Amino acid sequence: MSEAAEIIVEDLVIDFPVGGGLFKKNYLRASSEVSLTLRSGEALAIVGESGSGKSTCARAICRIYPPTSGKITVDGEEITSPAFKWSQRDYAAKVQMIFQDPFGSLNPVHTIRHHMARPIRIHNPGLTGDQVEELTISSLERVGLSPAKQTADKFPYELSGGQRQRVAIARAVAVGAQFILADEPISMLDVSIRLGILNLMDDMKKDGIGFMYITHDIATARYFAERTAVMYVGHMVEWGESDSVTQNPKHPYTQLLISAVPEAGVRKDRESMAKKADIPVRSPESRGCPFAERCLQAMDHCKTEMPAATKLGEDHFVRCHLY
Amino acid sequence: MNASQHNSTGPLLRCRGVSVDYVTSSGNARACNRITLDIHPGETVGLAGESGCGKSTLAFAITRMHNPPALISEGEILFEDRDILKMNDRELRDFRWKETSMVFQSAMNALNPVITIGEQLTDVIMAHRDVSPDEAIARGEELLETVGISKTRMTSYPHQLSGGMRQRVVIAIALVLQPKLIVMDEPTTALDVVVEREIMDELFDLKKKFGFAILFISHDLGLMGEICDRIGIMYAGNLVELGDADQVLENPQHPYTAGLVSSFPTIHGPKERLYGIPGNPVNLLNLPQGCYFQERCAKCFAPCKTETPGLEQVGDNPPHFAACHLNRMREESAA
Repeated sequence: MSEAAEIIVEDLVIDFPVGGGLFKKNYLRASSEVSLTLRSGEALAIVGESGSGKSTCARAICRIYPPTSGKITVDGEEITSPAFKWSQRDYAAKVQMIFQDPFGSLNPVHTIRHHMARPIRIHNPGLTGDQVEELTISSLERVGLSPAKQTADKFPYELSGGQRQRVAIARAVAVGAQFILADEPISMLDVSIRLGILNLMDDMKKDGIGFMYITHDIATARYFAERTAVMYVGHMVEWGESDSVTQNPKHPYTQLLISAVPEAGVRKDRESMAKKADIPVRSPESRGCPFAERCLQAMDHCKTEMPAATKLGEDHFVRCHLY
Repeated sequence: MNASQHNSTGPLLRCRGVSVDYVTSSGNARACNRITLDIHPGETVGLAGESGCGKSTLAFAITRMHNPPALISEGEILFEDRDILKMNDRELRDFRWKETSMVFQSAMNALNPVITIGEQLTDVIMAHRDVSPDEAIARGEELLETVGISKTRMTSYPHQLSGGMRQRVVIAIALVLQPKLIVMDEPTTALDVVVEREIMDELFDLKKKFGFAILFISHDLGLMGEICDRIGIMYAGNLVELGDADQVLENPQHPYTAGLVSSFPTIHGPKERLYGIPGNPVNLLNLPQGCYFQERCAKCFAPCKTETPGLEQVGDNPPHFAACHLNRMREESAA
């Protein structure tokens, strides 16, 4: 295992079949030419509205969905190649996922100890009962659930949403995950609890864990993640260093997204930043920039040609014909 | 925003010491504890706090829509000097929707999935106004257009609309009878931020046009700071701070408000580590003696453990109230 682990996603395309007949299937393109790099000890935020394909990408990295085309490389191993021989279990020990709903992701009839011990046993079949217990307790303590022994005896309904989400994180670190893909981990939690979870994940970055933080809240993306990628209908439209992307947004969609973030005391000028149009549904045949329909600065070729990535700064890229 | 309208007449709605209890087998949980709150005509008042602080319970109490085990145990709610709690069924039926309407939290699910948008709109009109079906349909179409939906959508079913459009329909239904007060319980929580922005902008155009007052319940302080005239902060059933929106957010007088404000990373401000509020919300069935926030408060001192602080005025222009022993101490040391 190399020190600086990386997940490299190149030109990831995922199509989902949607209806159609026996001979002619229709497809929906959920992810289109997504390329990103996830480094250990760092967080990459994927920001976008519902349906922008952010969860789809995370699931492809977890090997839940097979990609239609493209390449995913984890620590130099190409997981999308037919020659990749790892079992899902070995892979899962490295890459774990945390889901949005901490109320649905824990089994209500089992104790927290069961939830913790099961993945530990599966991934470390050689451990004795005492060792499993020790790892359970230390993992719970690591995520701030003390007294850990009492917490382990509890059932999920006895814990608050924030505590449950901590259990989900503890499960991921207990099996030694190097990468955690967190799919909106705080959006269902109480406002006063959210920051605690973000700070916990932030501390874990120091232990070398790499995070993919999927969110629709671009302010928390800036707070927690070193790098941010903005997605729109399956396309990465702007990405790079978080501060650069949020303070100096170049893509019209990023600008729209940031202008929509409510800020206390600031009454926004109400000039609309985009045309009213439905968010398009993309198929493999779709051409052009997905934002062209709503973009105020759209040009003729925006509707026919998807812009290539343009480097704007040290670590700041955009896909827009304006640049 | 509408300061001129405030003082011309009295408050539109007056809650006087309203308490709501949930009766459970392990005791009464007090979800609202002696809440006193006025809403003036045309004013936007925000209520913020975490889940379980009683903000939605208060909203339900105002429209008297709570069901057992919730029980209003004391206080009075006056709408233009009529006590809502003493209304009989007929008066209540008249009062609801005509005077006060409500937009619910999961407005996306508040629509009946098996009948069309048009039927749901006209249903309200027909129930309250003596009009012909054609007139009701015309009025419904007009309202849909007001909230930015084409009238051809009258024959659509809810599942054929996007989340944002459904939310607009729900707002249109709330506006049907031009009520004086609209209670909005987290109206945009389930929506994407861009859609939220569009709907809030539209709502304020409508507010300008029709002049209704809004009781806006949310946990998003940023959004509240933008749209509300006054903000009330609730914790464990108590109103702990109430004042002008900018003052509450910029100069919070209660440690809970301060914690809540610093729980939101900003998009443009300095990037620094925030700490939010430690600990977990208090259990309403097992309340501590003294201030309910003591366990999570960094500034807790002796009186907090014995005496529950009441809401006291801490500033007068505009009036600002907070329920914290620290303020009294500050006053005493100043005097």
